[in-house]
Amino acid sequence: MSLDQLYQQIILDHSKARHGSGLSETAAPEGASTGLSHQLNPVCGDEVTLRVAVERGTVAQLAWDGAGCSISMASASVLSEMAEGMSVDELRSVISNFREVLRSRGKVHADPEVLGDAAAFEGVARYAARVKCAMISWVAAEDALNQAA
Amino acid sequence: MAVVSTPTTLARALPALDNAEVLRIRNDFPVLDQLVNGRPLVYLDSGATSQNPLSVIEAEQEFYEQRNAAVHRGAHHLAVEATEVFEDARQTIADFVGAQYEEIVWTSNATEGLNLISYALSNAGLWAAQGRGDARLRDLGLGPGDEIVVTEMEHHANLIPWQELAYRTGATLRYIPIEDFGNLRLDQAAEIVGERTRLFAFTHASNVLGTINPVQELVAIARRAGALVVLDACQSAPHLALDVKQLDVDFAVFSGHKMLGPTGIGVLYGKQELLDVLPPFLTGGSMITTVTMERAEYLPAPQRFEAGTQKISQAVALAAAVNYLTETGMDRVHRWESELGQRMVAGLEAIDGIRVLGPAAGQDRIGLAAFDVAGVHAHDVGQFLDARGIAVRVGHHCAQPLHRRLGLTATTRASAYLYNTTDDVDEFLDAVSGVRAYFRA
Repeated sequence: MSLDQLYQQIILDHSKARHGSGLSETAAPEGASTGLSHQLNPVCGDEVTLRVAVERGTVAQLAWDGAGCSISMASASVLSEMAEGMSVDELRSVISNFREVLRSRGKVHADPEVLGDAAAFEGVARYAARVKCAMISWVAAEDALNQAA
Repeated sequence: MAVVSTPTTLARALPALDNAEVLRIRNDFPVLDQLVNGRPLVYLDSGATSQNPLSVIEAEQEFYEQRNAAVHRGAHHLAVEATEVFEDARQTIADFVGAQYEEIVWTSNATEGLNLISYALSNAGLWAAQGRGDARLRDLGLGPGDEIVVTEMEHHANLIPWQELAYRTGATLRYIPIEDFGNLRLDQAAEIVGERTRLFAFTHASNVLGTINPVQELVAIARRAGALVVLDACQSAPHLALDVKQLDVDFAVFSGHKMLGPTGIGVLYGKQELLDVLPPFLTGGSMITTVTMERAEYLPAPQRFEAGTQKISQAVALAAAVNYLTETGMDRVHRWESELGQRMVAGLEAIDGIRVLGPAAGQDRIGLAAFDVAGVHAHDVGQFLDARGIAVRVGHHCAQPLHRRLGLTATTRASAYLYNTTDDVDEFLDAVSGVRAYFRA
């Protein structure tokens, strides 16, 4: 697999223009139920703090702050863009699908119908050392959802 | 019984290493001859683990094919042969670092060696309190008011065992800070290492900065304070001529797999008068004289510190690795690697947006360079280089406090060994110069 298949344009774009980044400056919508999660990968120092705000069963906002490699930052950005407007159940199901693809070592293909832009991370599954980079914000979102919903 | 190693005088007579000679050396390392991602492998991660020459691989295989048996027990032919090669290996290591045979203890790795010292010292305190063992143990135990000193550039393996020793004994842990370019603050060392200091543990060469510490000056400071000295020689024993007697350290540790040997074996050197009185760390079989249901008496060093079945094939293979290094000549290895290290630093400093950690070009360093690429995370740098067949290490290199001190969380490190050519370094530099453009930094 070539480097460009791993670092797809979507990933490089999102690693620079980070959607949902700036948690500390973003207030949660008033009246929403929120959950906050902090995840750290001690191997490389990737770090994400992520907050989910839920209103009437729908994800109203997914804001985060983080530091890390392009894959971890792009994956948080894509997640934030996708999640807003989804129902809590939809988001849980997308997270579970994303995890299945990422942990499959390339055996399970990403369905763009289900994963949208996050399907671009399919190539990461072939690099065992990078799977955690792509997963870190998704694990944080799952944890935060459990508190909010 | 001692294995005869090549006299260093002979090695000194050999011409300096150059690319042509290194290309011949490479032929001894089968793993280096392969394509990675369609490109010839450029292995620049020897600081993490080095590769094995055929003679090492064959030594381990030959042991299993011809001599495999438990050592120090059994009267049969194979057991005798296995014991002989195992103990010959100990002599080979002793000769390599200027120690006596009884002063070399096998460990699983350097980390275990440091933990062994740490636990033997806290056991010394426990024994002394009960009036057990040699009277000299009363001077070796630590307690409240005592201080242990390390440095800010230590690998976690030479930090955490001392944190835990301080925790167990009530002693205080202090550290010598570094300057921005990675040298130890010697002025501060002379103040921090004082009459309360019981132990001073520091690295010979930094696995991140590449700095070579002035061991003799540091030992002199420790001696004035009456403190024991522990030297982490993981990045020096493989790369330069090491003489523990000349350096006058009390303990030194290093790992086999960083010096052309197999994993699973390391070495602890300890001055005989210390090893002879210190209580054991691990206890059990093979390290005792008399055992009753209530208590046990222990063998003298080194067996006192080698509980359980030993790492026999690894010891034999490590001796083969040391013979390979001795035959090549450690002074030649050191000079060649210094050249590669300087080439790396000079090349990296010439690339926009690269910050090299440690001494600047022209200053002494071992053959490695860790660096930060502005706007690109180390994992992405490593991935980019891997796509070109170049193997480097990324992360905090087991030195989080040092990275925090330098305002970083992760860096990329290239580390060379005697089998790397200047072409390897140039390939690496060429690849690094393309990193920022690829990631739009």
